[in-house]
Amino acid sequence: MTAVVEEAGRPIDLGRRAAPRGRFTVGRTLRYLVLLLFVLVVLVPVYVLLVTSFKGPGDAAPTRAWNLPRVWTTANWETAWSTLSPAIARTVQMVVPAALISAFLGSLNGFVLSRWRFPGADLVFTLILFGMFIPYQAVMIPLNQLVLGLGVPSGVPSLILLHVVYGIPITTLIFRNYYMTVPQELIEAARVDGAGMLRTYAWIVLPISVPSFVVVLIWQFTSAWNDFLFAVFFSSSQNGPVTLALNNLANGALLQDYGVSMAGALFASLPTLLVYVLLGRYFMGGLMSGSVKG
Amino acid sequence: MATATRRRAGVRRAVRRAGAPLLLLLPSLILVGVFVYGLIVANARQSATDNHTAAQATGQAPTTGVGLRNYLDLLGSEEFQHSLTNLVLYTVVFLVGTMVIGFLWAWLLDKPLRGEGFFRSIYLFPMAVSFIASGVVWRWLLNSNQDEQASGLNRLFQMIGLDALQNNWWNNVSVGIVAIAIPAIWQLSGYVMALFLAGFRGIPVELREAARVDGASEWKLYRHVLFPQLSPIALSALIIIGHMSLKAFDLIMSISKPANYQTKVPAVDMYVFKSAFDYANAAAVGTILLVIVAIVIVPYLVHTHRQDKR
Repeated sequence: MTAVVEEAGRPIDLGRRAAPRGRFTVGRTLRYLVLLLFVLVVLVPVYVLLVTSFKGPGDAAPTRAWNLPRVWTTANWETAWSTLSPAIARTVQMVVPAALISAFLGSLNGFVLSRWRFPGADLVFTLILFGMFIPYQAVMIPLNQLVLGLGVPSGVPSLILLHVVYGIPITTLIFRNYYMTVPQELIEAARVDGAGMLRTYAWIVLPISVPSFVVVLIWQFTSAWNDFLFAVFFSSSQNGPVTLALNNLANGALLQDYGVSMAGALFASLPTLLVYVLLGRYFMGGLMSGSVKG
Repeated sequence: MATATRRRAGVRRAVRRAGAPLLLLLPSLILVGVFVYGLIVANARQSATDNHTAAQATGQAPTTGVGLRNYLDLLGSEEFQHSLTNLVLYTVVFLVGTMVIGFLWAWLLDKPLRGEGFFRSIYLFPMAVSFIASGVVWRWLLNSNQDEQASGLNRLFQMIGLDALQNNWWNNVSVGIVAIAIPAIWQLSGYVMALFLAGFRGIPVELREAARVDGASEWKLYRHVLFPQLSPIALSALIIIGHMSLKAFDLIMSISKPANYQTKVPAVDMYVFKSAFDYANAAAVGTILLVIVAIVIVPYLVHTHRQDKR
């Protein structure tokens, strides 16, 4: 456990052993073969998605299910985009504030819990942590009534609130673990200079937290973007995020139009995939801190 | 007199020292207190009422307490027992699948290898995709049609001469839920691989060298040196995957339908009850899920908490 937790909250490079030199051995060739086989298996859904999304309606015969399209058409892509783009815009409006606010709250909490040891600090931390493991089904009914009672409108505003509140545990965890590794002397020096806690936070701690902020922002961005559970309970197809719109698109019609829904699935996944490709190290950082979370 | 003043000053200092951090924490503490713990209690209270109709849900008809009746009814019903059986099946397959494949990938990638980054990125990418999006593709793959009508994986099996492998996937009443575990394994094996790989990389090279110098065979090296070092990571992976599995919902909604008997699990039941304005039963299912998850998570949190202290 410890090995992983200590890494939490910073970008992670899993490292790489020096590439081997010399001739191919039987063992190594075998290893490559197995690895390549797994690559093929993992990429099967990607092939299916791309091929199906470029097929026209006349190309849906089951006998040709795995074949390339007879005629390549972008009609599905156009339909999917016009259906999903309003929901994608709403998802952006929801995810950006949700990620920013929860990163800020998490950073405050993490700082306090890592530095100021008040009696019961550990217990408070564990109690907060438990909040990220609970199945949200166990609060959903009264949560619905509470959000309604508070007068928060269904859709984007409700979802921002929920992602912020239920993001507190994981963001606190990531920042706390990161701040644990900040040298105590740095904080002490500021205190000796007479800086209060807030000023220490603003001038010393915040500037060195950039990597953790990226990790947390990416984590919150990804989980809010991919969320379906809150979406289905707190929004409708008129005001909901892209997961809900995609699910309605794919499951709505009696006759499933796989071409359109597969193109839609790619549109819905593109932002998180881009983040993964471009900021992989930070993405990993969030994943690893997940080792005391889910 | 002097001691009293000093004591008062001491108290004031203690309050000030604890006060500032508490003030900063307060917004989050209140939010977590209300939204997690307060609502867990509120939910448990609703689960002990006869709030089963739309009129009651909207407050137009009164509700009365029924104690644990809803729980007894649920746990006694064949329908809900089927959900629990499905949950166990799904969890076992999901856990075994991700642990075996994740470990195998990490093990294959641990030794020096050209193109390691490429393999790693491919294996891990499904993790960045939502269950809803991957469910679209997997529903196509897990199409239950067979023979002439076959599409998806069943068609692929025919094409490579493995006709015998054709089956009706998630439409099988008793083990259909296992088919839903396949995409889940596809999505999270890479995550388990990353955990194990970080574990492998965390083991000091000297430890391996020392074992080799001592003449330990490859198997002994793993058995006595590497496995013990990896076991905390294996535990983390089990906990994370296990508790994700207990909350399974998105994939089932995306591939199957909430009303489908063969793929229902407690999280889906909860949604169905809620949609039918049966708030009492929805709340009861939620609390049952919470208890199941807590049985797994609480000992783990206590355990890591103790380790942190050491």
